[in-house]
Amino acid sequence: MAAAEKQPVTITCAGPLNGPLSGVLTWVDQRFPMMSLWRDHLAEYYAPKNFNFWYYFGSLAMVVLVLQIVTGIFLVMHYKPDAASAFASVEYIMRDVPGGWLIRYMHSTGASAFFVVVYLHMFRGLLYGSYRQPRELVWIFGMLIYLCLMAEAFFGYLLPWGQMSYWGAQVIVNLFNALPVIGPDLSLWIRGDYVVSDATLNRFFAFHVIAIPLALLGLVAAHIMALHEVGSNNPDGVEIKKVKDPKTGHPVDGVPFHPYYTVKDTLGVVVFAIVFCVIMFFMPEMGGYFLEYNNFIPADPLKTPPHIAPVWYFTPYYSILRAITEDFMWVLAAGVIAYAVLVIRTARVPVVRVAAAVIGAVLLVAFFVIEPKVWGVVMMGVSTLIFFLLPWLDQSPVKSIRYKGALCKSALAIFVITFLALGYLGTLTVTEGRTLAAQVLTLIYFAYFLLMPWYTRMDKTRPEPARVTG
Amino acid sequence: MADKELDQGKRRFLLAATGAAGGIAGAAAAVPFVASMLPSERAKAAGAPVEADVSKLEPGEKMVVEWRGKPVWIVRRTKEMLAAAKADEGKVADPASAKPMQPDYAKNEFRSIKPEYLVLVGICTHLGCSPVDKLQAQSEAFASDWKGGFYCPCHGSLFDLAGRVYKNKPAPDNLEVPPHKYLSDTRILIGEDTKGA
Repeated sequence: MAAAEKQPVTITCAGPLNGPLSGVLTWVDQRFPMMSLWRDHLAEYYAPKNFNFWYYFGSLAMVVLVLQIVTGIFLVMHYKPDAASAFASVEYIMRDVPGGWLIRYMHSTGASAFFVVVYLHMFRGLLYGSYRQPRELVWIFGMLIYLCLMAEAFFGYLLPWGQMSYWGAQVIVNLFNALPVIGPDLSLWIRGDYVVSDATLNRFFAFHVIAIPLALLGLVAAHIMALHEVGSNNPDGVEIKKVKDPKTGHPVDGVPFHPYYTVKDTLGVVVFAIVFCVIMFFMPEMGGYFLEYNNFIPADPLKTPPHIAPVWYFTPYYSILRAITEDFMWVLAAGVIAYAVLVIRTARVPVVRVAAAVIGAVLLVAFFVIEPKVWGVVMMGVSTLIFFLLPWLDQSPVKSIRYKGALCKSALAIFVITFLALGYLGTLTVTEGRTLAAQVLTLIYFAYFLLMPWYTRMDKTRPEPARVTG
Repeated sequence: MADKELDQGKRRFLLAATGAAGGIAGAAAAVPFVASMLPSERAKAAGAPVEADVSKLEPGEKMVVEWRGKPVWIVRRTKEMLAAAKADEGKVADPASAKPMQPDYAKNEFRSIKPEYLVLVGICTHLGCSPVDKLQAQSEAFASDWKGGFYCPCHGSLFDLAGRVYKNKPAPDNLEVPPHKYLSDTRILIGEDTKGA
């Protein structure tokens, strides 16, 4: 419908909105699709009526994103992205800027809260198969958001220019150094200097405050647009669009997002805000997990702190990085052979069998030509990227854990324990026993994903109900 | 125009040609931005050699000097320390220093010009942390029969008292020996050798 032909806006609720404001709304709506945006994404976006506790974390992630952007703007007003004055400017914010300590603690607690909320949001996806067809792109945009978030956290962590900032950046930038051929030049280009220095701090500041936040906002918009195109999944994993009211055309098991879920999510935000405030006011350092003690020491390029570990949200991947030693390459090689044999024996399509054999053979050669250090970096990268494949790895006839069998349920439980255990190990120093534990857990981590096509097919599932259950 | 039949082949060719020209221009426009992130002229210039005075260094002690923003260690090794480095030769990955992690004049059993003074870049060859001193031979959490050397706190790599990495550790190479030369018995110039660095 052409804009000029749009009907005057009718406001359903009685009261002052039927007064002069209604005329303003009509004027705007004839020039900008305000009411249709409102309807499509809130008032007439039909979400399944059976959302439970796990469905709080999407909207909470949005709330934290806004919190980080707002607090970030005010921190930038006082922070100095200069190696000589960065550390002191953070202390200045903490001591001399009125309320500066509060804004900084909001931002630092918000960073950890962001990952808590996003990990729970992702776990919800694993529970109810929210990544399954037709929501593959919702999942992929979500994973891109997660990667951006990790980049954002990493760049931001250098800014206070403390010991952990400095050595954390040193280690992560040196990961690129491990890549064959281009590695050394690439890490030099990222740093802009031969060591992590003022040049590095300046560019990380630019990434942290401009580049990544812009990308994040775009991806969040894409994530929600893709979601609203296909409709939300729910704890039963059945499509509410299959059963529609013949008169209205709306899903029978759906309720309008506004007011039903805006009200529900507001409750979530209130509870979240209480927990957030308790942490922010009483334990902003969270025993060294949210703000690491060594970061209260200014960066010293000549001395690595005796115990360095990344912030808690990176530690599972960090454990995987540390687990790859020379001896472990033999285990990896055996794993690749076993996996290739499994694929070759069970794949129905000949091309897949040939591909498995070729990829397996190439990997085996590469394992012993390229040094283990590279493989640690590769395995760490793959462990974050492998989530992208979930929509295609999960071959179960049902989406939700409610109707999956013991095999899938125990696989997910073991995976969650493995992820947490890897995370815990990543905060500790290295001993032989811990390295062995991390190696076993690394194998389980990858088995969860790589064996998924088989165990999801073998699993005894229960039939999905025709409609959502409550 | 409308009644003429469209030449689809011509249209596709023009689209591809415009796309290719635009793509090349776009890629070329990215060059200055990518180049701006390379080390600046100032960063490149800041690499002058530094001089270290080892006259006050006692046997068994280590000192640190900064060269190109990196820590350079000078360890004055005792006879016991040299013997310890020799004793663990079977356990290190590259005992003969075959990989080019040192100038030729330091490619020997103690990886130094004079066995007494060990000069190393104190940056782990794994991911760039600075290993910590574990110079004394004693039982450590990471090795019960520790003979002395360096321990990287980040990923657990171990190095002996010649900076050689132990087998089966994350670090692939021995610690780097920087180019250096003796100006006198107690003065070492780091960053330059007799051949010119």
